[in-house]
Amino acid sequence: MSISIQSLRKSFGSYTALDDLSLEVPDGSLTALLGPSGSGKTTLLRIVAGLEFADPGSGRIAFHGEDVSAIPAGKRGVGFVFQHYALFRHMTVAQNIAFGLSVAPRSSRLQAEEIRRRVMELLKLVKLDGLEGRRPHELSGGQRQRVALARALAIRPKVLLLDEPFGALDAQVRKDLRRWLRVFHDEIGLTTLFVTHDQEEALELADQVVVMRNARIEQVGNPQTVYDQPRTPFVYEFLGNVNKLGFGNDTRYVRPHEIEVLFAAEFDPSTDSLAQVHHLFSAGPVATLTAKLHDGQFLDIELSRRQLAELSLSVGDEVAVRPLVAERVR
Amino acid sequence: MNPRSPITESRAVRFVLITGAIFVLTLFLLLPLFAVFAEALRRGWEVFFAALEDDAAQSAIRLTLLAAGISVPLNTVFGISAAWLITKFRFKGRALLLSLIDLPFAVSPVIAGLVWVLLFGAKGWFGPWLAERDIEIIFALPGIILATVFVTFPFVARELIPLMDSQGNDQEEAAVTLGASGWNIFWRVTLPNIKWGLLYGILLCNARAMGEFGAVSVVSGHIRGETNTLPLHVEVLYNEYQFSAAFACATLLALLALVTLGLKGLIERWSGHSSTGN
Repeated sequence: MSISIQSLRKSFGSYTALDDLSLEVPDGSLTALLGPSGSGKTTLLRIVAGLEFADPGSGRIAFHGEDVSAIPAGKRGVGFVFQHYALFRHMTVAQNIAFGLSVAPRSSRLQAEEIRRRVMELLKLVKLDGLEGRRPHELSGGQRQRVALARALAIRPKVLLLDEPFGALDAQVRKDLRRWLRVFHDEIGLTTLFVTHDQEEALELADQVVVMRNARIEQVGNPQTVYDQPRTPFVYEFLGNVNKLGFGNDTRYVRPHEIEVLFAAEFDPSTDSLAQVHHLFSAGPVATLTAKLHDGQFLDIELSRRQLAELSLSVGDEVAVRPLVAERVR
Repeated sequence: MNPRSPITESRAVRFVLITGAIFVLTLFLLLPLFAVFAEALRRGWEVFFAALEDDAAQSAIRLTLLAAGISVPLNTVFGISAAWLITKFRFKGRALLLSLIDLPFAVSPVIAGLVWVLLFGAKGWFGPWLAERDIEIIFALPGIILATVFVTFPFVARELIPLMDSQGNDQEEAAVTLGASGWNIFWRVTLPNIKWGLLYGILLCNARAMGEFGAVSVVSGHIRGETNTLPLHVEVLYNEYQFSAAFACATLLALLALVTLGLKGLIERWSGHSSTGN
């Protein structure tokens, strides 16, 4: 189900958390709300869930064309996964997952047998079969995360909302779970909106990335577009490393891997600049070379270790650097 | 022998501290407790039981149980509501409410009693109005309950506020998104999370409700067999030089204290077990 957000405003006292914000989340997509803390992304997610309300008279939220702005969270049909999972500590895994089904109004509540069957299905879906009797404190972070997901899915939500889904996990678990979530999303095809401050996570996982800053959306696009064609300096800087070079009033951005390094003898004055090798670092898959331009600005350059070996450079050598793309951004 | 930790003091210092602590505990806590039981039984079990079976004593026990039986549930409901309000919502006057909850701790119990006399006593603000309608508050059960409720108001709320604050709203919000009603959320999510703290607060509240002397003394009027609670009855007996009977009744209060402490220990142990790893 698509989510349509139109001119939403939200303020807390004098602080503006969302400033006239509009966004379309396509049906079945996996969309990332990406931004630094304080950019308003979590507030937006909570408003979509119905846990917060936009300023009176502002904006509209629609699921598949149907206005849900006035519908309370419990009737909106959203699955919400909290950053710290918010599992019910005193309940078993099975009771946690069954919660949404067991508190449904008597008229629409499923039979106990049916609820049990659904819980087992969900446990299998999130690969936790056999753990139904455990309590949350007996589970690892990744397992808790998946219980929270199963609990949210139990009510057959129209959309799935995840707040910093991997924020509280170790690096390795985070990577595994990220991959698993991508596959999982493709299997169930539920429109999913997740909040993250990790650009790598957003680019790797999402179909659509929404870059937010200071209560506004900076850019919306698929990962490749926002990375390759950033519309604002902020997006350029926020998505991956970038060299920011000033030439008078002119600012140019170039990514470290979009610069070619040549011997000084191959210097072409129309495209290149001369620079001095300032620092070399070649542990890991790519080598990093810091070059100092003649006007004193530094340039980080990423190249393969093989390229670096072929150039056989050492600190202090003079080289020619050639930007492959030199974007100027407003 | 355990290896010495860097913050361990020398043997001599430890000896002095431990001996000092034991001495103070014995002198101020154990000795009085022992004295109560010793005095109560000095003239034998027969006198002891006679004192407890006395009509006035029986009436005092009934009144104490009744007053506690009404004030403790009231304060449990008030305490939960106040803690819920303060921890789950941000509103104007929240800080004021927090200080008001502490007021009974800050005010002398005598003042707590006098306030009710000023309001509902024969010459109080509402005295004539009540007299016209034949409603007795001061020197009657309602006054005793009012005083007890006032004095014991903070116990449950004070126990729950830090607990509910530290737990945050996440679980309640999760329950909301899953479609639970407010009622369901309270019974199935909030209450199980605070049950040990709540029990602990109720226990302390009850101990104070049964043992309260000052405030109740002001509003009760000391009518023997009618408005004397157990602590007041002990005082009356003592003033009449019936020492054995006074101490016999006092043993009941001492036992209440011991049972309270025992239960408190159990609650701490159970809650400790149930929350490990969270």
